Parts: sequence; C-alpha cells; structure tokens
Amino acid sequence: MAPQGKLDLDPEAVRAARRLAARAAEPVIRMARTHTTVSVERALLRLAGLTGADDGGRPWVNHLADAVRDQVGLEGGVALPVWDALLNGPYGTLRDLAEATARGRVTFRHPGGADAGHARDAARAAARGGMDRVDRRRAERDRMLREVGDPPQPWIYLIVATGDIYEDIPQAQAAAREGADVVAVIRSTGQSLLDFVPEGATREGYAGTYATQENFRLMRSALDDVSRELGRYVRLTNYASGLCMPEIATLAGLERLDMMLNDCMYGIIFRDINPRRTFIDQRFSRQIHARAGIVINTGEDNYLTTADAVDAAHTVVVSQLLNERFGHEAGLADGQLGLGHAFEINPSVPQSFRMELAHAQLVRELFPDAPLKYMPPTKHMTGNIFAGYLLDAFFNLAGVMTGQSIILIGMMTEGIHTPWLSDRDLALENVRYVRDACGSLAEDFVPRPDGFVAERARRVLAESVDLLERVADDGLLDAIAQGTFGVTRRPADGGKGLDGVVERADGYFNPAIEILDSEDPHTAHAQEEVPA
Amino acid sequence: MTIQSPAGNAAAPAGSGEAPAEPADTRQVIRPYGDTTGDGMVQMSFTLPVPAGKRAEAAALQLAGKMGLEPASVVHAKPMGPDFTFFIVYGRAQHLIDYASIPAPPEREFPLLSAKEADLAIRGALNRRLVVVGACIGTDAHTVGIDAILNVKGFAGEKGLEYYREIEVVNMGAQVTVAELVERAKERDADAVLVSQVVTQRNAHLHNTKQMAAAFHAEYPTAVAAGMGRPLLVVGGPRFDTVSAEDLGVDRIFGKGTTPAEVASYLVHALLPREENR
Repeated sequence: MAPQGKLDLDPEAVRAARRLAARAAEPVIRMARTHTTVSVERALLRLAGLTGADDGGRPWVNHLADAVRDQVGLEGGVALPVWDALLNGPYGTLRDLAEATARGRVTFRHPGGADAGHARDAARAAARGGMDRVDRRRAERDRMLREVGDPPQPWIYLIVATGDIYEDIPQAQAAAREGADVVAVIRSTGQSLLDFVPEGATREGYAGTYATQENFRLMRSALDDVSRELGRYVRLTNYASGLCMPEIATLAGLERLDMMLNDCMYGIIFRDINPRRTFIDQRFSRQIHARAGIVINTGEDNYLTTADAVDAAHTVVVSQLLNERFGHEAGLADGQLGLGHAFEINPSVPQSFRMELAHAQLVRELFPDAPLKYMPPTKHMTGNIFAGYLLDAFFNLAGVMTGQSIILIGMMTEGIHTPWLSDRDLALENVRYVRDACGSLAEDFVPRPDGFVAERARRVLAESVDLLERVADDGLLDAIAQGTFGVTRRPADGGKGLDGVVERADGYFNPAIEILDSEDPHTAHAQEEVPA
Repeated sequence: MTIQSPAGNAAAPAGSGEAPAEPADTRQVIRPYGDTTGDGMVQMSFTLPVPAGKRAEAAALQLAGKMGLEPASVVHAKPMGPDFTFFIVYGRAQHLIDYASIPAPPEREFPLLSAKEADLAIRGALNRRLVVVGACIGTDAHTVGIDAILNVKGFAGEKGLEYYREIEVVNMGAQVTVAELVERAKERDADAVLVSQVVTQRNAHLHNTKQMAAAFHAEYPTAVAAGMGRPLLVVGGPRFDTVSAEDLGVDRIFGKGTTPAEVASYLVHALLPREENR
C-alpha cells in the first residue's frame, strides 16, 4: 500500500479517532440543541440590531433579556415576549422598548393565537435583517480578498494589546506594514467573566482592549485602509469566548471580523466557566461563525502551558478532534477550523526539536485542509531574551518545515511584558529570515520511514485513540470533571454562568436559531450592498 | 556603523574624587564587566519616537550620556516604520557601586523539605491533612503562577502541592472575588490561603492583595496569629519586590521562580508547632 502522507499513519487509526470523537461529542451536542442561555437570547437581540447601554453601561439587550427571564422565564426564548410587547405597545423600536423596560414599565407575556403569529413574523423579519447583514459582510470580505489580494500562507499573526483602541489602531497598522497578515486585538483580562458586552469605543483595559462592537468596527475599518495600501487583505481576530461568547460571535459577524478564538473547552478549563453554559453558547457561536465565513481558532496550545508538552501531546490531538466534530456539527467547513497547537516542549529535553517536528507534522496530516494555528513557546521563555529569540527561531523553523498555516509570532519578551514596538519588529525580522531562508523546505522534509519522527507521531496518535475511548465511555463532561484536559478538574455543575442556562420548553422559538439550523451556511445568501 | 560620542572623561580610578579616605576603607567598588576589569561596559536597546537618521542617533547618544554611559556608541540603528527608530547602544557606565554597602538578602528562614519530609512533618504534628485554598483574585486571569505551585504538574521539575499526600488543595482558579475566597477558606477551614497575582497594571496586584488581607483580618477579628484563629496568608507573583509582607497585611510574599517545595516547606515552618517539625 502506498504510504499515507509523510508519516504513513494508519488510516484505520485515524478513522477510529474521528468515530470516537463523534461519539464523545454526541451527548453534549444533544444537550446544546435542547438548551438556551441568557447570552444566546441576547445574541438574537443584537442580531436584530439592538445596541447601546444605559448611563451605567448596562446594555439594553441585558435589560430586555433579564426582564423577560424574571417575568415569564427564558424557556420559550425571548423572541415571542419581546416582539409581542413591541407590536402591542407604543414603542417605535427595540431600543424604546428596552428603555421602557428599564423603567419597569413593560409587562411581558407569552402570546397565544394570532398574537403569537404576528410576534413570530416580526421576530423572523428582524432576525433575517441581521442575518442579511452578516451575509453582506461575508460577501464584502470575498470581494476584498479578490480585489486587494489574499496573502500566501503561512499567515503571520501578531497581537496588539494596549487597552486603548485608539492606540491599538496605529500599532495594528504598523504591524501590518511590517508584515502581519493577521492582527489579533487581545481582550482585556476579565472580560470573559463579564456577563455583558461593554459598549462603545474604549480606552482603558487590563492587558488588553475590550471587545465591543464599536471597537470591532473601528479596527476593521483601519485595517481595510492599510489592506488597500499594502495590496493584501489583513485579517482581524478577536475572542468569542467567555460568558458572552454568542453575542461577541454575532458582533464579529456584523462587523466583518475574520477570525475568532473559539475553543470547545478553553473557557471551562482556564476560566472556570460552567461546562454546560460553554457548550450551549459555543454551538450558537460556531453556527454564526460558519455563516459569517469566520475562521475559528481553537486553544489547544493552552493545555501545554499547564500540562507537560511531551506527556500531554495526545490531549492536544484529542481536543482538536473534538473541536473538529463540534465545528462540523455547527456547520463550519474544514477551511474554517483553525485548530491550535504549540511549540512548548522544554528545550532542555534531549531531541525536543525532533519531537516538536513530529507533533506538528502529525497535526498537519490529521487535518490536511484546516488552517492550523501554531503557537510559539511561552512556558519556557525564562526572561533570557537572547535565548528566547533563538527558541522563537526554532519555532518558526518547525512551522515552515511542517507547513503550518497561521504562525503566531513569538516575542522574546514573552512573560515579561506585553510586546513593545521593538519586540514586534525583532520578532518579524526573525520570522522573515526563517521564511525566506527556508523557502519551500517543507517539500524536502520527509521523515525517514519508521524513524524517530514517524514513530513519535504514531505513538501520539495511538495515545489519542486510547484517551478518546475513555472519554467516549465516561462521557465528555465527566472527563472534564476528572481533569483530563489541562490537568484542571471542572465538574459539570460548577463554574460561573450555570444560572444563565435554561432548558428549552416545547414551543421554544428563536428565529436566529431557526435560520442557522435550517439553511446551508455556505451557499451565497446575499448580494453585497453597494458601498456608500 | 558605529558612532562614538565625543571622547568622555578619562576613566577615573575606582573610588577617586571622593572625600579623604576613612582610616579603614571597607568599600568594595564595582562596575560592569565587559571583557576587562573596570571597563564598565553596558549594552542596552531602546526605541525613540523619531525618524531614523543622524539626528536620531545624536539623540540616542545624548540619552546614553544622561544615563551615565560615557563614552557610548550606537552599534545598530534601524527604522521601525516612518516614525520610530530602534537602537542598540554600548557605553561605559560612569556610575560606581559599593558592593560592601549592599546588604546580603536574608537567608531563607526555614529548611527546605522534600515532599516526603513535608508529609511526615504534617502527619506527625497535625494528625490530619493541611488544607490549602488557592486562587487568582481580582481580574487576574493568569493562573500560571498558582497552577505552578498547586497543580500536580508543578514547576521546575517539582510536583505541585496536590501531589503532597498530607496537603489538601482547593484550587479556585482565576478571577475569584475576595468574598468568594474568604467564604471558601472558612467553609474548608483552611490552614493557609495562597493567592497569585500576575497582572500588575496600575498596581492591581498590590491593591488586590491588600483588599484580600483586610477581608481576612476583618473576617477573623479574634485571631492571634496566622494558624491561630485565622489562615496563613501567602501571596505570590513576579512584581512584589518593592513591598514588604507587612505593607500588604500578609504573612509571606513569594517572588518569581518560587518552587512548590519552597512553599510547602514554608507552610510546614509557619503552621506546625516548632518542635514537632524539626
């Protein structure tokens, strides 16, 4: 039989791994399809165009969703009570209704009969309006990629994180001019645990900048300018994670963000967000991402910051297979699965680079059509910036040799401070050198059959299959509770945000979910609007 | 290209130009070492917010001079976009350090125990497991510090406190409020509370720690000392070097590079009756 790829992986082992991942994911998917959350309901209101907040910064979508929950419950969804109140009261817009709600002047009900039909139609029209806008944004991106140009892979991914959107913008533009193909605006520490999305352009954040609709719009517009200047489309990344994952995903679709961090288990393990809340929010987020043509980035690299990168290599593969399964189920195409992994083996381990190559090549071959995101060393960046610069060069080399798609640029000052202008410049010089010096070296990198690299890759795959068997037997929620991923134990009834989870009642109605569940996200739905 | 600043003062012999020497000069004057004793050579890099060019390099040299590097030379200047220039500069430091005047930092006040020794000491003295509650408090989401100390995986080749048979670890993770931490510590009857603070914007680590300490002192008003009516309060993080434990209201600060065994040994030292844990 002809060898499979460069590693000659056993195709039956690969199929078994995918079968087991699907089995492990199935009960969780069923749970996600039969529950909703406060944030899923608020995402519908955002899709319908409700923006803004009261003087205290509390968004109008929160006012409406909380009032409906307190008065009639969320089991049936917010759509019918909200649009029923809108149709039967003296309110011109959702905003008027929300303001009256905040003043305690609105009584919500679950309409019946003809009233229910009217409310349903109005809610559907509102959701369709928002979905059309998401579709137009996607068409707009496709046009820019054609007209401005799509850079070749690997894409160089850089982070800005000043806390001030107006400081981020020139930094992002400078990064793009220096070679960044993807700019990620790191979110303010702590946003993941806010149960609301802040409003407007923000100038203060902790170790990052708040994700807000206005910040998204400002940054995308600035990157459009620089994309035209440079003749290549510069992608914008943010984070659909935390307690407001569905709302942030929706805002990303409305404002044409291009990639979103969205991992199936990251919030659970690293932010102690309730597992059920996370999986329910995630399904909706991924459906929106699929529709918006957004590439998700998963966070497997994070496991290796707590667990050992050699011992736990297989947990990365298991999580990637789960992310792939959850992603496919939500409608994401392979080209939208930016599965993550990382270069985190302790450099003092003998043959560490050889193992890194094995792990990176394994992932490349398991997911040949996924835009893999490869993360630089962080755990073993000691403060010795000179040694760190060398380690980053080896990371860049591994990325080029194994054909990674998105390379996050390592900073020699990792762990000391958020990157300075000069740190970024030196990091780009590093990756440019490696990329240019290597050219198409990946073509020549053919590990010896049954050699160290091939053996190591096969062993990690075998360990992944073993672990998936256990996860599929025990149940994914139990596996998470037992600390299988990232060493941290997270029980299904623990963590933050469980009180925002509601089982859907018969007759649950959410017109956004109706559209997302019934339509193919990838057929062209929209004619692009004529730019103003 | 190398640009030299105007020739600096000839190097003065160490210690010259000072007041007449004391009868017994106990000073030990040192300066940076490049490749020759007394050469004072220092390397540094920085960015100036001006376009690259001769004028920018002159500005870099003037900065070096004001920082006490004389003579200095710009060995590398690179434009970073139209508005910034990155420099690498070498220069001779004119500042002198009297090493004798630098107090030796206090030695660790407790013996370093292995996991087995710590377990033995706890079992001998308490006859129950030592309860440790850990968290990252405030907005800090960086669990890397607390995880390095608590997770079985540990740090620097040492297993974390979860690995110790006689230590019961409750790791609350990130972004825990002070109220939640106090509540959990009371509920678990914690012997020690470990808090990690990595994020330091606007001194958040100091404010958070003081707030935490104040809450514990308020919650246990009749406590006599750590381990006597209230839990031992321990904070860790990379940027606590400017403050003392007393300033913050905690019992102990651990800095960058602290290993789980150091923390475990300290817990044994601070919490167990002294004659028992020798």
